[in-house]
Amino acid sequence: MERRGTPLLIGATFLLTVGASSLGLYNSYVEFLIMLIGINIMLGASLNLINGYMGEFSVGHAAFMGVGAYVASLLTVWLLANDRVFGLPVLPDGASILVFPLALVVGAVAAALFSLLVAVPSFRTRGDYLAIITLAVNFIFKSVIENLDAIGGPRGFMGMGGVLNAMERTWRVPWLMIWVFVSTVLTLYVISRYVRSTMGKGIVAIRDDEIAAEVMAVDTRRLKVVTFMLGCGFAGLAGGLHAHLLGFINPSSYFILQSVMVMVIVYLGGMGSLSGTVISAVGFTLLLEALRPLGVGRWLAVPLILILLMRFRPSGLMGDRELPEVFPWLRRYFPAPEDRFLKETVSGQ
Amino acid sequence: MASEQPVLRIEGLTHTFGGLKAVSDFSTELHRNEIVGLIGPNGAGKTTVFNLLCGLYRPKEGDLLFEGTQLRGRRPHEITSLGIGRTFQNIRLWNELSVLDNLRIGHSSRLGYGIVDAFFHTRRMRATEAEVTEQAMELLRSFGLERHAEVRPRNLPYGLQRRVEICRALVMRPRLLLLDEPAAGMNPGEINELMELISWVRDTYGVTVWIIEHQMRIIMGICERLQVLNFGETIAEGTPEQIQGDPVVIKAYLGEPVA
Amino acid sequence: METFLQHLLNGLQWGSFLALIAVGYSMVYGVLLLINFAHGDIFMVGAYSGLFIGAFLLREAQLPTWAVVSLTVLLTMLVTSAVGVAIERVAYRPLRRKGADRLYLVITALMFGLLLEYGNLALLGASDRQFPTLFERRTFDIAGLSVSNVRLLVIVLSFLAMGLTWYVVQKTKWGMAMRAISYDRLAVPLMGIKVDNLIVGTFVIGASLAALAGVMYGTAFPILSYDMGLLVGWQAFIAAVVGGIGSVRGAMVGGYLLGFTQVLVVASPLPSTFRDLITFTVLLLILAVRPTGLFGVARRTKV
Repeated sequence: MERRGTPLLIGATFLLTVGASSLGLYNSYVEFLIMLIGINIMLGASLNLINGYMGEFSVGHAAFMGVGAYVASLLTVWLLANDRVFGLPVLPDGASILVFPLALVVGAVAAALFSLLVAVPSFRTRGDYLAIITLAVNFIFKSVIENLDAIGGPRGFMGMGGVLNAMERTWRVPWLMIWVFVSTVLTLYVISRYVRSTMGKGIVAIRDDEIAAEVMAVDTRRLKVVTFMLGCGFAGLAGGLHAHLLGFINPSSYFILQSVMVMVIVYLGGMGSLSGTVISAVGFTLLLEALRPLGVGRWLAVPLILILLMRFRPSGLMGDRELPEVFPWLRRYFPAPEDRFLKETVSGQ
Repeated sequence: MASEQPVLRIEGLTHTFGGLKAVSDFSTELHRNEIVGLIGPNGAGKTTVFNLLCGLYRPKEGDLLFEGTQLRGRRPHEITSLGIGRTFQNIRLWNELSVLDNLRIGHSSRLGYGIVDAFFHTRRMRATEAEVTEQAMELLRSFGLERHAEVRPRNLPYGLQRRVEICRALVMRPRLLLLDEPAAGMNPGEINELMELISWVRDTYGVTVWIIEHQMRIIMGICERLQVLNFGETIAEGTPEQIQGDPVVIKAYLGEPVA
Repeated sequence: METFLQHLLNGLQWGSFLALIAVGYSMVYGVLLLINFAHGDIFMVGAYSGLFIGAFLLREAQLPTWAVVSLTVLLTMLVTSAVGVAIERVAYRPLRRKGADRLYLVITALMFGLLLEYGNLALLGASDRQFPTLFERRTFDIAGLSVSNVRLLVIVLSFLAMGLTWYVVQKTKWGMAMRAISYDRLAVPLMGIKVDNLIVGTFVIGASLAALAGVMYGTAFPILSYDMGLLVGWQAFIAAVVGGIGSVRGAMVGGYLLGFTQVLVVASPLPSTFRDLITFTVLLLILAVRPTGLFGVARRTKV
């Protein structure tokens, strides 16, 4: 098979991230940036699934990130770290290797379940009204956490640093980098596979003409539930990782600004283009870092980018095309979206 | 002779929009392999009948029985997966997807693989997809459309789009095919081709065809029976010849061009 | 009984703020079919403009109190309307001209709101600001209750402003055009009114009401923060949705309804932090059961 591009790309990225990190080639700031990029890729891809491919209008994606962040963190800190809220760890350091990824999964599942608050209304509402609902869900999440004084309320929650320490004490390996890498690859893999299947293409049909889809025997409700849960689940996974990256979380971290940042990544890259999301996630993360000297003013860049995009190039960088469509010479190494199941090339495309 | 169960039986169908009665006590029976026409002036409620049948609206009253199964109250995708295919007045193909994808999605109700298969492209998924693709290509070939498999519908001429839409409706080998003004916007030559296509579809796939139409050519040409609707009520039924001369019908219409 | 009347007054005051802002949301939606997500931050602009204008007048001008207050209100309305119209001209109009997808308009509206918020944060810093005291506070004894003149002023001015707005919307040609435009765009020019002017006028009214709310809010609750648009504006938005977005009457009713609900929640044994939670849950319930709100009109899409 000639198309070895994807495994090679994954391997190269692995070496550049996990490999280099375990050799101590990067300082902690660079490592932080790399992991943040990975998390942003996950967030962008997961929102792109919902807003891009399925054409919904979810404006509160950070809520699901937050659910994952809090659920995963509460679990890991309770079980593995010594902190103010839960006291001494319940399990020994060694268990952390297994518990950490499990906690991430639990966080993701919690986020997926939480997404039903948006998925079910989406059966009957679209556009503006759904946007309002997703915003309300974001508000509700923030409000609920702020009311839970036991876990810090508006002041936040910390202790995740201790969890990472427990893992490193067991086996000195860049655990968080590894898990960010694995999660990012998994997210991109599953989402791209899903949208390249006939089942997944159903969501594009929903976006284009939902009624026709229903009439063509597509169970639109089921598909919406699956897609929301998938997208929001991955956002929850990203949230769990994000929480452990920061070591400290509070409800404001998962509110409107964060939701809008993910929207920037999606619309900048192009709704319906995963390679576009990856490129824009990298670019946007680096841009925000570069603007740090501006202090608080750098957050102005976020709405500004979207405003300019909407005005001058709403299709974003890549529109709904993937890289092999834009650069045909890439097709030798990477599969272009359509080719997988059509054995004969019928129209010379 | 044992009388065969009608493919479709509608009884006492009534539906209102706000205060307006769109369909009033509508009844009909369609038998196997018939080509039946539903005609009437604009706004008579014909498309509403189709929409009610497909479950897009919930009827105020009435029974909808497809091969004996009650359709009323079911969701559209359940209804059509029982064996009904449909086209629309304004072509409703998915322009963001290729022609081939348009057809493949028609298989959604009976895909044969699950969510996890879709996430990871398991062997079962790949085998199913290959099969579905082959079936879709086969159908396209019978329609002479295989060359356009990877094209987006919006890039095809109008007449071809219509063929694709009919083709898509047949993907799951329905027993009942609903065509909503398939000849809209066509010139006489295209209409002749369409008439041939519909007859061929009925003969080849053994479907019952129910057509909403305005064009006399098709109505007189291929419809074996007609039902005339006006203001949501049936005002006449019979063969095309009978209907053509019916003064009640003429009065309701007043001026359909005989092509 | 006394406490009940106090709650009533509280509800009237708080509801007044919500209603004034909610009208702006509903009006713009009625005319453009667009939820002007930036409107809550227009309220914030109103409050802060009032702060600076009021402080300036107090310092520089030797004017009697009533003049300072009236000038502050008027000038603030002017400035805030300018900002609102500027956003319409710079952001929404070009997109409407292009025939852009409504999605882009909504995102742009959201972003302008954020822009105003973070612009405030960047320019004025994170610390809260104090609204100047434009007049002396006094309490009156009415029917055994102690009522502050601020509270009275808020309620009376709000009623006047809304009464005026109601008159304009229901009784003038302008108002009729505003109501007609979302149903039939062509009808408006036929009435002799240019659509663009109508839209500008709508934004002016909405922004002025929000500005009034801003000044009065600053007077009643002198601590202003950069995210007050988010905090208060969103409540008002929910009020508009509850009342039926697009309906001016709905906005007013919704504002007072929500205002009373919130006051009661805070007064109840429930922890006051539940207020927001309950508000948003109410929103979700309304959207689930009756998305068009109390007075809104459902629009059907043809299949």
